[in-house]
Amino acid sequence: MKALALLTTLITGAILLYGTMDFPAFGDPQSPAAIHLSAYFIEEAVHETHVPNLVTAVLGDYRGYDTMFETVVIYCAGLAVVSVLRKKRSKTQENKS
Amino acid sequence: MKLLQERTAKLRVGESLIIQTAVRIMVPFIQLFGLYVIVHGHYSPGGGFQGGVVLGASFVLLALAFDQKFSMKYMSEKANGVLGNVGALIYTGTAALCAIFGGLFLDYSALDKLIPLGPVGWRSFGIFIVEVGVGLAVMSIMAALFWVLGSNGDMEEGL
Repeated sequence: MKALALLTTLITGAILLYGTMDFPAFGDPQSPAAIHLSAYFIEEAVHETHVPNLVTAVLGDYRGYDTMFETVVIYCAGLAVVSVLRKKRSKTQENKS
Repeated sequence: MKLLQERTAKLRVGESLIIQTAVRIMVPFIQLFGLYVIVHGHYSPGGGFQGGVVLGASFVLLALAFDQKFSMKYMSEKANGVLGNVGALIYTGTAALCAIFGGLFLDYSALDKLIPLGPVGWRSFGIFIVEVGVGLAVMSIMAALFWVLGSNGDMEEGL
């Protein structure tokens, strides 16, 4: 069973590594990600939002949904942990204090 | 000298006067830096998440150097919960307000009808409001997670 798991892992890894061969070169200005939206953000973000920091402009405005649900995810995680682990003081301890 | 000796005698195991004094001096500056990171997110690296974590870390530091009771004197559990909820509500509420005032969800320029700042001004200001909300939520969640996990759930005696 362990050998089978190892084999599966190796095959999947090999396929994924093979897939990376089709990636554009790192920092290639002609890659699809760089010619469509990035150029628009770099040219228009300051003019459209008056925020000199492009990262903040993209994070808070263009990708507002992403950031909103990031916040909601963190909020839900904290809420879940607190509601599961929080316990009231037991009565014996209350009598002592 | 006598005062110092009295104070040192009162300390429990694991508490150090040097660390406590250093933390007492550092915490206001850490919190100020957290606020700076949130507010200055428009112009420099930073923003709600990073600033919120710095703010939350100040309470974690207090709880580590003193004890949990001491850190909860500065931010009670109830206030912390309220701040976290308000933070998440600020973000979603701003987004919903944009939709109510006739724009798209999260399109801050629609808020121009509420207070005329110009559509571009509102897009800038909207990002700021949202960052403050994120900062509040992250700060409260960081502190709450540490308090609950560190005190075994009863919020009495921490690490």
